[in-house]
Amino acid sequence: MSGIPHDHYEPKSNGEKWLHSRLPIVGLLYDTLMIPTPKNLNWMWIWGIVLTFCLALQIVTGIVLVMHYTPHVDMAFASVEHIMRNVNGGYMLRYLHANGASLFFIAVYAHIFRGLYYGSYKAPREITWIIGMLIYLMMMGTAFMGYVLPWGQMSFWGATVITGLFGAIPFIGEALQTWLLGGPAVDNATLNRFFSLHYLLPFVIAGLVIVHIWAFHTTGNNNPTGVEVRRGSKEDAKKDTLPFWPYFVIKDLFALAVIMTVFFAIVGFMPNYLGHPDNYIEANALATPAHIVPEWYFLPFYAILRAFTSEVWVVQIASFVTGGIIDAKFFGVLAMFGAIAVMALAPWLDTSSVRSGRYRPMFKWWFALLVVDFFALMWLGAMPAEEPYASFSLIAAAYWFGYFLVILPLLGVIEKPLAQPATIEEDFDAHYGKSADATPAE
Amino acid sequence: MFRTLALSAVAAFGLATASFAAGGAGHIEDFDFPFEGPFGAFDQNQLQRGLQIYTEVCSACHGLKFVPIRTLSDEGGPHLPEDQVRAYAANYEVFDAELDDFRPATEKDSFPASALSNAPDLSLMAKARAGFHGPYGLGINQFVKGIGGPEYIASLLTGYTGKEKEEAGAVLYENTAFPGGWISMAPPLSDEQVEFADGHSNDLHHMAEDVSAFLMWTAEPKLMARKQAGFAGVVFLALLSVLLYLTNKRLWAPVKGKKSA
Repeated sequence: MSGIPHDHYEPKSNGEKWLHSRLPIVGLLYDTLMIPTPKNLNWMWIWGIVLTFCLALQIVTGIVLVMHYTPHVDMAFASVEHIMRNVNGGYMLRYLHANGASLFFIAVYAHIFRGLYYGSYKAPREITWIIGMLIYLMMMGTAFMGYVLPWGQMSFWGATVITGLFGAIPFIGEALQTWLLGGPAVDNATLNRFFSLHYLLPFVIAGLVIVHIWAFHTTGNNNPTGVEVRRGSKEDAKKDTLPFWPYFVIKDLFALAVIMTVFFAIVGFMPNYLGHPDNYIEANALATPAHIVPEWYFLPFYAILRAFTSEVWVVQIASFVTGGIIDAKFFGVLAMFGAIAVMALAPWLDTSSVRSGRYRPMFKWWFALLVVDFFALMWLGAMPAEEPYASFSLIAAAYWFGYFLVILPLLGVIEKPLAQPATIEEDFDAHYGKSADATPAE
Repeated sequence: MFRTLALSAVAAFGLATASFAAGGAGHIEDFDFPFEGPFGAFDQNQLQRGLQIYTEVCSACHGLKFVPIRTLSDEGGPHLPEDQVRAYAANYEVFDAELDDFRPATEKDSFPASALSNAPDLSLMAKARAGFHGPYGLGINQFVKGIGGPEYIASLLTGYTGKEKEEAGAVLYENTAFPGGWISMAPPLSDEQVEFADGHSNDLHHMAEDVSAFLMWTAEPKLMARKQAGFAGVVFLALLSVLLYLTNKRLWAPVKGKKSA
């Protein structure tokens, strides 16, 4: 790997040399694990490990659950109850898998907002950012389809509502929706294809995760100062970095253990708290639940989807200009996907040359407001579509777009950034004091 | 076809946006169940009384089709002796596809499904009526007081006011717990309706509590095993966290100099 200069793997014994000249896999693992990592990384840099763990947890528990699950409209719900009652440890597998999805999303949102604050998306890490956004999109697709599999009321009606979004696309929408569902409505064909894709997508995500890691191992990690590691010589680089193993592996494992403690408390003592109770009622196409609400991790974008009603002037203008092709429903769908698209475009919308929010006095406040806005949208997504929530949703949705489309480009021009430290070493020493005794741990 | 598709898409979207329009949440009372809290456990005697109430009253209309009868002898449940469970199973008749006829149930069968088409299956009712997004606003109460589905069921059983009304040929009964206030189920329980062998109090309040506890067990039969596993997991992981914290501290100590400022 290119980037920060460091010691590479040297095969020593004859056996190692034999393997290395044929397949340099040990060297690849060594370089990946020993990558020089900025030594000033703070506790917001632990989410990558948590996410990798979540992916592994979901794949392992998922593979075992599939051994007992039946993807058929007449049997899916009963097979989940079979897992809960008759399969050894089945209830634990299912609760780990269901709550694992929530942990996955908590971690990914923390990871994304970390990147947004410390400018991890900026050059030269745009590719890492874009791949991350693709992973996030696939996670949402996977989580949505997984939620349909137990075939409860919320599975069925959630699937009906969300696939209905595709029906809002002008001209091809209805045909597209039928094609996605495999029929005119959510039915056995839908359940089967969602099952198939729910099994496939995690492996696509795993592949993308490897590319994601490859990309940032090429550019090197960002860090809380946003200042790059010195690359003039190995000696300079060593002053700014420490090898990933053991320093960051142990640190990340400690963080993971703390998070797992909380996670097991939730799985053990309140495993249904984050789920929707209606999903313990078997799917019934003839009985619509009184409240159709997506899982908590979709709520912010669900709020944006609902915010743009036909009373909003932007929607009316869009409808007038396009001769009615873009109606309120389609506008909402565009807004929902647009909210993620503007986030993906952050590397090109942010004009500031300063990477870390730590040295951007104005940006800090706008970013804090974005975090508040995100939680406000999450709350509004669970509220009824009536006043005053509708107006709040509109304001909150407008800020989401305003932050990326107006504030980020503008701040780079008008903001006077603070002085940044010259090196990572300087920042680290300012925090922890200069290491008097430079001998390594015995 | 084109039209139905468009209509269903519109309807679905409309549902999403108007999903909260329906309202009128009922009043849920807080009952103290022995299985609440991280260390709460099912009371075996209470579950057995609940089973008796279910058998003598509820099962006339409602079913428990997801609950295998043999699990009545499970530890962490009613824990009945196996011969009693076998004898109990024989009270029910099930349809056997191989015989193409009805036969007495064995402990390997599940409880029968609901006898009345408009009486919902009760297997999972205690979980279907609780939760963070709960239709009855139980989220915060569930977290703070442990109020959940069993409280809803007990509140419903004790929530009849005695008023009736007729609507579209059906009699509706006023109930303070039921969303909307009027339920089509006639008051199922009354004082001293079921005699317990152990002489336990059989007023309405106690019976409602007992049968709700039983329905919590049918909904979550592995509750006690789950809490034990959760507790073991938390203890083990907390210990691991401490060890990793110390490891991490020691590993970084030489790198981080003494804090001077």
